[in-house]
Amino acid sequence: MARKLLLEHINVPGINTFDVYRSKGGYASVEKALKTMSPDDVVEEVKKSGLRGRGGAGFPTGMKWSFLAKPEGVARYLVCNADESEPGTFKDRYLMTYIPHLLIEGMIVSSFALGAKTSYIYVRGEMMPQIRILEKAIAEAKNAGFLGKNILGSGYDLELYVQPGGGAYICGEETALLESLEGKRGNPRIKPPFPAIAGLYGCPTVVNNVESIAAVVPIINEGGDEYAKVGIGRSTGTKLISAGGNVKKPGVYEIDLGLPVEEFLYSDEYCGGIANGKRLKAVVAGGSSVPILPANLFMKTAKNEPRLMSYESLAEGGFVTGTMMGSGGFIAFDEDQCIVRNTWNFTRFYHHESCGQCSPCREGTGWMEKVLHRLENGHGTLSDMDLLVDVSKKIEGNTICPLGDAAAWPVASAIRHFRDEFEWHVTNASEAVVRNYGLAHYADPLDIKETA
Amino acid sequence: MLRVDEAQQPVEFTPGLITKFDDIVSRYPEGKQKSALLPILHLVQAEYGWLSSAAMDKVADYLHLQDIEVYEVATFYSMYFLRPQGKYVLEVCRTGPCCLVGAEKIMDHIEQKLGVKEGDVTPDGLFSWRGVECLAACGYAPVLQIGPEYTFYENLTNESVDKLIEDLKAKGNN
Repeated sequence: MARKLLLEHINVPGINTFDVYRSKGGYASVEKALKTMSPDDVVEEVKKSGLRGRGGAGFPTGMKWSFLAKPEGVARYLVCNADESEPGTFKDRYLMTYIPHLLIEGMIVSSFALGAKTSYIYVRGEMMPQIRILEKAIAEAKNAGFLGKNILGSGYDLELYVQPGGGAYICGEETALLESLEGKRGNPRIKPPFPAIAGLYGCPTVVNNVESIAAVVPIINEGGDEYAKVGIGRSTGTKLISAGGNVKKPGVYEIDLGLPVEEFLYSDEYCGGIANGKRLKAVVAGGSSVPILPANLFMKTAKNEPRLMSYESLAEGGFVTGTMMGSGGFIAFDEDQCIVRNTWNFTRFYHHESCGQCSPCREGTGWMEKVLHRLENGHGTLSDMDLLVDVSKKIEGNTICPLGDAAAWPVASAIRHFRDEFEWHVTNASEAVVRNYGLAHYADPLDIKETA
Repeated sequence: MLRVDEAQQPVEFTPGLITKFDDIVSRYPEGKQKSALLPILHLVQAEYGWLSSAAMDKVADYLHLQDIEVYEVATFYSMYFLRPQGKYVLEVCRTGPCCLVGAEKIMDHIEQKLGVKEGDVTPDGLFSWRGVECLAACGYAPVLQIGPEYTFYENLTNESVDKLIEDLKAKGNN
């Protein structure tokens, strides 16, 4: 049984209320930080913990904090990125729904560390129920003296607000999020300047994911060194994984980083294997943007070592035979799923969500969607696969923000690993249209057997 | 698309609504009231069911913005409706993980059950429906949401959708 640092009390009845949360040791990190530590001490502990951003990029949180400019007389802001929209990811929704005070507690400690007097939690607009939950939790915390003026007599003031988005995936990109928070279209900004220098209202700003901010609580309670003992190598601590798709037990699981993927996928403590007695065909390990892997490459690296749920192990082999941890949106595909159809579906998503600012992304995503649509519907040609790879290469790296890369990678990786399934859609077009699934021979174990 | 005829109806915000606007504006620093635009548009849409250009112009007046600053935001974000909808808008997630477990069949079923195409309103004015992109609930798929509360309905089946629609019909316009 892995150690739970975030979700230990998630099943305690009433843990969403201040009183119960407090009775389980909640807000201890606020007391510890504000009464016994300086803001720099807090930053130092987070640095020592090795915590890496849980939103997808995996950038060390403590280092991000240390970049924050601190000019005299200029306000600084902490903005929590709760615009969870990456297909496959639903961990932040879970955390905010069931244990909202963990996020509020983390926001208070993190804001203190950064010297922010006003902080915002930017929640995607569709999560109105979660917005109401957070607003209630903030009111309770304020009532108990953990927010507002002179918190716990420390002289530190903090106001915390919840801001709804408007339903745009792009606002998960931190500068698009800041634009949106300023009441504008979510167009990502050109960097530099980075938000640490000029962010919200042009002031120094840190933007962190919900889970990163929640992780600050156990880091302060137990110390950065203790936190760093959990996990493996540079993948320290625990990670929330959202398991979905064709697994037997979908849901949010907190794992120690370094857990073998086989255990995560097949043990009853986690996903419990593939639903309906089917075999695993492919996995998207970190949300729709990361490269898709066929079952064999997912379970074992190209070096034939068992793959682990860690930043390094999932990335082993680069984009040729590896993938990424991303946001922890784990999507399993059973043997009946069609990779071509799924790739078209994801590409439609990126086309819909492209902000339209950069031509390669605006035009390229739409082009790829059309080509994939014709492949899926039996009108493709054998040269379409090279065309798709070509278009994806021309999007990748040629846009202001990473949405272009995120749209290019799923297409390039699907063709890299499942090329014969794409070709099968051309050579057996009439069958591909009728049958809603592709080839099963990628499924684990690797015996070549077509699904009836 | 904006429809001129409906857009011409004058809009007057109630004092209760204005109080809510004022509360939102107070969250931001002096002079940064534009930040209140997205939350205010949500409140206006909850009140009227959609955003007419008359309502958007009123919001622009209230926040001291150019009208175009409101339009560009309202057209960018997918949650804002620029034409009238049914009282209940069923928004079904149509992205990858939901489709792995049957979201497309659920959409077909809703289309058949309501008898209107995606984006159209039923003749009684009660329902419209549309596919939307990932709702971050992949573990409970297939899912749909209904605004303005954005209540979630998870692990959908044809039967649960039928029951939901019947329940909403019984509630009617109340």
